[in-house]
Amino acid sequence: MKFVTRFLSFIFIPKSARAKSAYLLLLIFIVALFAAAFSFPTYWDRYADKINSAARETGIPIVNRINIPHFYKLPFKLGLDLQGGAHLVYLADLLNTDPKDYAGSMSGLRNVIERRVNAFGVAEPNVQTGKVGGEYHLIVELAGVKDINQAIRMIGQTPFLEFKEERAKEETDKILEAQKNSEQLYEDPYFISTDLNGKYLKRSEVTFDPTTYKPVVNLQFDDDGSKLFEDITRRNIGKNVAIYLDGAPISVPRVNDAISGGKAIITGDFSVTEAKELVQRLNSGALPVAIKLISQQNVEASLGESAVQKSLKSGIYAIAIVAIFMILWYKIPGVLAVLALLAYTFLALALFKLMSVTLTLAGIVGFILSIGMAVDANILIFARMREESRLGKNAGQAVRDGFARAWPSIRDSNISTLLTCAVLYFFSASLVKGFAFTLALGVLISMFSAIFISRLLLEVLMSDKLSRFKFLWYR
Amino acid sequence: MIPITKFRKLYFIFSGALIAASIFALAFWGLRLGIDFKGGSLLFGEFSQKTPSQEEILAIAKPLDLGELSVQPSGEREVILRFKEIDEAKHQQLLAGLNKMGGGFQEKSFESIGPSIGRELSANAFKAIALVLVLIVAYIAIAFRKVSRPLASWKYGVAALIALFHDVIIPLGLFAVLGRFYDIEISSGFIAAILTVLGYSVHDSIIVFDRIRENLIKHQGKSFDETIDKSVNQTFTRSLNTSLTVILVLLAIYFLGGESMKYIALVLMVGIGVGTYSSIFIGSTLLVSWSKFAMQKKRY
Repeated sequence: MKFVTRFLSFIFIPKSARAKSAYLLLLIFIVALFAAAFSFPTYWDRYADKINSAARETGIPIVNRINIPHFYKLPFKLGLDLQGGAHLVYLADLLNTDPKDYAGSMSGLRNVIERRVNAFGVAEPNVQTGKVGGEYHLIVELAGVKDINQAIRMIGQTPFLEFKEERAKEETDKILEAQKNSEQLYEDPYFISTDLNGKYLKRSEVTFDPTTYKPVVNLQFDDDGSKLFEDITRRNIGKNVAIYLDGAPISVPRVNDAISGGKAIITGDFSVTEAKELVQRLNSGALPVAIKLISQQNVEASLGESAVQKSLKSGIYAIAIVAIFMILWYKIPGVLAVLALLAYTFLALALFKLMSVTLTLAGIVGFILSIGMAVDANILIFARMREESRLGKNAGQAVRDGFARAWPSIRDSNISTLLTCAVLYFFSASLVKGFAFTLALGVLISMFSAIFISRLLLEVLMSDKLSRFKFLWYR
Repeated sequence: MIPITKFRKLYFIFSGALIAASIFALAFWGLRLGIDFKGGSLLFGEFSQKTPSQEEILAIAKPLDLGELSVQPSGEREVILRFKEIDEAKHQQLLAGLNKMGGGFQEKSFESIGPSIGRELSANAFKAIALVLVLIVAYIAIAFRKVSRPLASWKYGVAALIALFHDVIIPLGLFAVLGRFYDIEISSGFIAAILTVLGYSVHDSIIVFDRIRENLIKHQGKSFDETIDKSVNQTFTRSLNTSLTVILVLLAIYFLGGESMKYIALVLMVGIGVGTYSSIFIGSTLLVSWSKFAMQKKRY
């Protein structure tokens, strides 16, 4: 009975420093539990369902109402190498552009490409411009895109829509004659360009011909375009007008009457997909500068998935091996260090989700490496504690001095790692950036877990009674 | 207490030989640069039904003018093709050719990198390494400014730098050998790994020097040799244990982490292993030799 009251008063009236530490520890434990559930919500859901159904089966009035809700789900943000996708680098050809307009042209280019890319239905397409040396680059990242080759084709194409009218008979003969002598080879002998082209296009859409059920492309011109179109149709009544796309005729209708209102229909021999693609391209507009693909990295989704599985596996094994080593070598302090390490792992993973850090393969390696480094601080502290207690200090004093003496080494060594990470982050390619970022974040969180959490654990557990069993604490 | 400084000549000979071998490998064979650095293409794919021979694949690819072409089998059904940088049209031609072979070819990943991007990466890598070195020496000089007897504080910085050179040159030499005999190329991840080794090496040296600093201030040990022996012995277990945990973690990545991360884990393992050795046997014993040398010079 006396024991119970003492226990209760110990719990509910935190008088000693040790009890305060215990409360803080409980708080951290709850936060870590939530972090774990946040990182792996499917596991939470599974156990919640089990508990709910077990509670229902008991039939006890209040207990059977227990209903633990499913956990909030936020997926990890995976890089291209892990979810599959394409990383494309284009070189912008700015030879014909005034240097003053470079920035404007590049942002115009970015906008057009972004519109085209949005048509692929990729979750978060990323289009950036960059300057490397004297070259202007456009970087397109398409995560999870299914048909990469199709995507490359659609990005690179410059749709050029043109309306042409028939040449006079004499002109046609003259050009054909010249072409026999291998002259004027690039001249179209039958049609001549008009002023009307894709620039005057307001909108286009796919509809279906009511009689043939074939897909047709509807064009709607803007005001100037409508006037031009009316003029062209008026002066070509009874003649053919050709619609050219990228320099090739796609449809050559006969004009029966002048058309006002700026509406035209292309009844080329399209399949539905072709018609849709054409409309997409026409609507997204022409590129303000020419681009050339100079670098591409494509990863198949299945390859990314197996990379995720492999790195997950190596992460779990890494934690397990470190845990076994620490417990065998350091006994109880080792167990505490492993608890701190687990808290560290969950807190770090939850933080990656919250900050929507893009996880790449290199980033995960950086994180796993930080697991190894996280225990370094504990090793330093425990080794120091052991030395202090050999000098005859009591348990509490040895813990305090061990932490205090180990601190300068921990600080100095972590600062040198953080310095390296900072340089890596600001000076290197995206692959290395991910590695540097997760390693740095890992080092920062590990300082918290290895120093703060394991210290609290030691303070709470290392009572004078327990510390008498020296073989549990020191080798 | 293990008299570590006593046998220092032995360590110097051993490390000197390793460094000489590494420099020899780097000078004569050099590192095999991957496409990240020099531009080019890398196609990784899998044949789901039957894998054609290397000659058959070469015969398909030859007419496409792909420059220096290499076909390397990987696993049972996978192949890695390396060739010069190509445009998308040619990439599609190559894929069509491989598809026609009837082995059920499927492309898993494809990279084609222009030479200008590679140049940029190399330039940045050099900048990054130089900057890290400068920052670290500056940091050591500041951290050890209170220690000046019997050696000036900047000499600790120099000893740390020599240990660092030792720790970086040996994995570099190893990869020159691997590149020469096993065609292993270095990627941008390699630079990250080398820079991490760099940070780690200093981290290790700092912890030993920290102890020396503390013992010097507390006047532990009769002579400088003894103080250093004592300090190294005190940090010995810690150094081994820390490296052991990190190397255990890296072993997990090496064996389970997949092909692309394997060699990054190897660089880190070798670098950290060598770094632990140098922090125990090279960095601090150099300080002893240096102080002896300085004393002899005074006597004459």
